[in-house]
Amino acid sequence: MSEYLFLYRGGDNGRSPELAQKMMQKWVSWLTDLAQKGHVKDQGQPLEPSGKLVKGNRKTVTDGPFAEAKDIIGGYTLIEARDLDQAVELSKGCPIFEVDGAVEVRPIMKLSM
Amino acid sequence: MELDEHFFRHESGRMVAALTRVFGVHNLALAEDVVQDAFCRALEVWRIRGAPENPSAWLMTAAKHRALDVLRRERTARTFAPELGRKLDSEWTLAPTVEQLLSAGAVKDDLLRMMFSCCHPRLTEEAQIALMLNILCGFTVDEVAHAFVSGHAAIEKRITRSKRVLAGAKKLFDLTKAEEFDARLPAVQRALYLLFNEGYHGASAEAAVRADLCHEAMRLASVLMESPQGRTPSTYALAALMCLHAARLPARVDSAGNLSPLFDQDRSQWDSRLIAEGQRLLDLSATGPALTDYHVEAAIAWVHASAPSFAETQWSEIVALYDTLMALRPSPVVALNRAIAMAQCQGAESGLREIRAIADAARLAKYPFYHAAMGELESRCGRGEAARGHFQTALDCARSPMEKRFLARRVAALESDPIRAASR
Repeated sequence: MSEYLFLYRGGDNGRSPELAQKMMQKWVSWLTDLAQKGHVKDQGQPLEPSGKLVKGNRKTVTDGPFAEAKDIIGGYTLIEARDLDQAVELSKGCPIFEVDGAVEVRPIMKLSM
Repeated sequence: MELDEHFFRHESGRMVAALTRVFGVHNLALAEDVVQDAFCRALEVWRIRGAPENPSAWLMTAAKHRALDVLRRERTARTFAPELGRKLDSEWTLAPTVEQLLSAGAVKDDLLRMMFSCCHPRLTEEAQIALMLNILCGFTVDEVAHAFVSGHAAIEKRITRSKRVLAGAKKLFDLTKAEEFDARLPAVQRALYLLFNEGYHGASAEAAVRADLCHEAMRLASVLMESPQGRTPSTYALAALMCLHAARLPARVDSAGNLSPLFDQDRSQWDSRLIAEGQRLLDLSATGPALTDYHVEAAIAWVHASAPSFAETQWSEIVALYDTLMALRPSPVVALNRAIAMAQCQGAESGLREIRAIADAARLAKYPFYHAAMGELESRCGRGEAARGHFQTALDCARSPMEKRFLARRVAALESDPIRAASR
């Protein structure tokens, strides 16, 4: 088994309480299902949409957001999968695609080769 | 933590109502934005971590933080609730004041206050209902338009205008003024009644949408019943009427969106829990001197709900109740329903005579069930040709595909088996 980080990017959360609740329920059932199948190593955390960027030799500090709203990373989950193909397959169940968002699937680099 | 169905919608109503008290009714849009932000935040956190132990408190806290930000940032640029005077100006009083206004105890009356505010006398009944759905029930403009089978632009206009009237009122309805409360209560009851009817008789072909509207009306009616001044005999009667009708909802529209007439309904599908609750409320309504149309309609619904079958219904009692209703609130539709009940206890010819005698029948000319009723009765009298004519007119008047399908199926039933269909 290898580890993969799912990074959740963007996604329009809409302006309807009813749709927001439905979306939330889809997320919960998707992640619960992954957890039951033993794929969730760490359910992860949501990220604030804003923050600071510290950059360069002079350590200049600037305010976030660092990207367009549609590219902001809103959270992550650490996943266990056989290989990248399986991790990608697992990500396809994420409800974020219904609202124009994206999942970035990044293999965690192995320490021992 | 599992959330109740429509939890976000209901919280939205509660939170907008509470925040409007902080921001002032002229800043309703700001309150809505703050609530929307809280939901976005909840979605971002809960989708990954799941809902917290106390989701209501979590949402209200998120909204409170956001509200404090807005108040600090804009208190020089905007005026907020005038009732709060200078309490929002100083850091010493700002947070405790907002904290207190958004605390669980204070929020209790907010829905009721907003409900009374929405029933402003300058608004039409349609506007009041749309506004209640939007503000108190968390329906977006699209969702209201969908429920009313109406266009987005028309509903948006209606809601925007209504909010302008609300803002123009400068402050929310004052629940402590007993006289004004009693004066506006009938309008509130009427709006809830119409909201319920929109679900029960309305144009939407989706069973889920109709049930939603009925449930929202019932939820708001129970808010009214929680208020000592709101729980009058007529409020109980209204709530009883809603329960007794809602009990039949599962049998009335099937999952495919087909209407089923009363005589065809599978009574085992009626919700016995709601019927019992309706009976309890009907008992509670039977105090005091006032007999309202809600009392009579609830009594009629009770006779239907307690009848073991269509044939064993106490039709003479129903006719008598419709007589009372005609005296209280005469309308051609009530007269039509009375005539249909007459046909059940005294025969189809007598029912037809009653229908022909309806004063103001011109107002029924576009009502499909007026023509359908005549079609049914003519067919029972063995006059197939006349029956077909009436059904054709009914079909031409049908307001939705659901009504069209319903009428077409009635026609088919009469054609294929006139004797059996007519024996009803």
